[in-house]
Amino acid sequence: MVIVFQSKPSILANAVVAGPLEKKSVFYSYFDSVVEDERWNQKTNEQGHSKMIIEACEIITKKANINNLDVDYFLSGDLVNQMTPSNFAARELAISFIGLFSACATSVSSVIISSLLTELGASQYAIAGAASQHNAIERQFRYPIEYGGKKPATAQWTATAAGYVLVGKHNPEYPSVVAATVGKVVDYGDTNPFHMGGAMAPAAFDTIKAHLKKRNQKFQDYDLIMTGDLGKVGLKILQTMFAQSGIKPEELQLLRDAGAEFYGEDEAFLAGASGAGCSAAVYFSYIIQQLKTGRFKRVLLCATGALLSPLSFQQGESIPCTAHAIELTME
Amino acid sequence: MIFIDFLLAFVIGGIICLIGQLIMDYGKLTPGHTLSILVVAGAVLSGLGLYQPLIDLAGGGATIPITSFGHSLTQGAFAEAEKHGWVGVLTGMFEVTSSGISAAIVFGFIAAFIFKPKGKPN
Amino acid sequence: MQQEQYKNLEQQVTPPTPYLKNALKAFFVGGIICTIGHAITYFYIIFFDFTENTVGNPTVSTMIFLSMLLTGFGLYTKLGQFAGAGSAVPVTGFGNAVISAAIEHRTEGIVLGVGGNIFKLAGSVILFGVASAFFISLIKLILVTIGVVQW
Repeated sequence: MVIVFQSKPSILANAVVAGPLEKKSVFYSYFDSVVEDERWNQKTNEQGHSKMIIEACEIITKKANINNLDVDYFLSGDLVNQMTPSNFAARELAISFIGLFSACATSVSSVIISSLLTELGASQYAIAGAASQHNAIERQFRYPIEYGGKKPATAQWTATAAGYVLVGKHNPEYPSVVAATVGKVVDYGDTNPFHMGGAMAPAAFDTIKAHLKKRNQKFQDYDLIMTGDLGKVGLKILQTMFAQSGIKPEELQLLRDAGAEFYGEDEAFLAGASGAGCSAAVYFSYIIQQLKTGRFKRVLLCATGALLSPLSFQQGESIPCTAHAIELTME
Repeated sequence: MIFIDFLLAFVIGGIICLIGQLIMDYGKLTPGHTLSILVVAGAVLSGLGLYQPLIDLAGGGATIPITSFGHSLTQGAFAEAEKHGWVGVLTGMFEVTSSGISAAIVFGFIAAFIFKPKGKPN
Repeated sequence: MQQEQYKNLEQQVTPPTPYLKNALKAFFVGGIICTIGHAITYFYIIFFDFTENTVGNPTVSTMIFLSMLLTGFGLYTKLGQFAGAGSAVPVTGFGNAVISAAIEHRTEGIVLGVGGNIFKLAGSVILFGVASAFFISLIKLILVTIGVVQW
């Protein structure tokens, strides 16, 4: 489903807070703040996760020179059960809150909904974004952190990061959300939780294709089409899918993936980064800043999410995936 | 001679781990599945009287892999069953002491108070 | 695109599992861990009054103690990522499964967290070990009773 925003809501502020390991990220210099302790000096990983979200939101209000009372909506999601880190952050922030779960695609789905609220006139300012914390997610979806299981080369490393933006009325000095595509749930029967990129690539393919078709655009209309966290292998699969559907190699250069690039070529991170915070951190730091400086004029951000739970995996269900896209422009 | 002794421990132990890796890779199984299969295999070999000779041959090479867990449980149950017959099979299961389990519990409990999971990449 | 078609494409693009490399790594690391265990058995036989039959218990306990240190200092994950089954199959891997779960769930308290989750990963090994030992000794008992074999 493609939405065209007539009022072109703008992204008025952005903030990314990341964990200690994320210093190794190639996007590190674009982040607003990095904390030395993964738990943010809290007692549990989940509390640290929540703290990270709060910190990102505080940076946003500071940058925009507003306070929490001026913000109408807080739209956030993460990967922990029932999204308690987001819920608890909302408790501290005291902003009207809708929790969203699109797995790692929440970074984009939250922006879509806040843009809709803005277009409706229901929101002056809305904070949207997503976060993930490595230890909290890994322990829930896979094994205890210190368990010595071997991960295959297709496995990805859940990034510790929170990326948020402030969405408000159109302002030509800031990047604007001009269109969005809400993705369908696609499932090609993949069951391997250590190969999420392979499960999610068809969802990204579906959403990007639908967006370009409805908007009557081609790859070249964009400076960049960036998926969320397909990882190195998943990106290759997506590129192959597009190549088979007739996209030329030089156009495929425009297709990049936040997760594949996140930790650079460091093999310790296997196929790259993943997690809701991965796409949020790259989109809402690097991409927004490149738009602001005018290096990018039009980008398509397509965050992918694997909609599984540890329970569904153990019960032998395949991994349904989704992808949501937003088209950002800079005038 | 002592060299041969250690070499046998290395080779036999290595082979058991190699078999585990093959089960994991070719069967596309989780470590949990693989270890369960190996434990059952150890118990079966023990029941057939084949595991003890392996221990005599390789020492640590056969007692350190998880297969020896199945072996020691089976031998414990055998000993009780021999003494007490039908009842022994059941009570044997409860009387079998496994230092592996108790050591893991004790050290796990202690570790829970000392260490925190770190989550650094490899 | 059909599911079958996609599976083919995915398989072509995904790097293949390095079966041989994995197997060799498992062999060497597993072999080394067993050799260390073997050395510990000698240590207990020579310096303490253990015999070949009783030396298993202190050896296993010592190995699991070492596993605790490696797990606690975050080294066992590194070893595991390199060695695969080579560090999972030895009893140190069993220790790692128990200890990592215990450390992980400390934040949920000693009873519900540590107590409730300590066998989260290793529980299946205990289950299958005990269950298979039970059925095998039952079978043997039947065979002995009908006179096919002897104890």
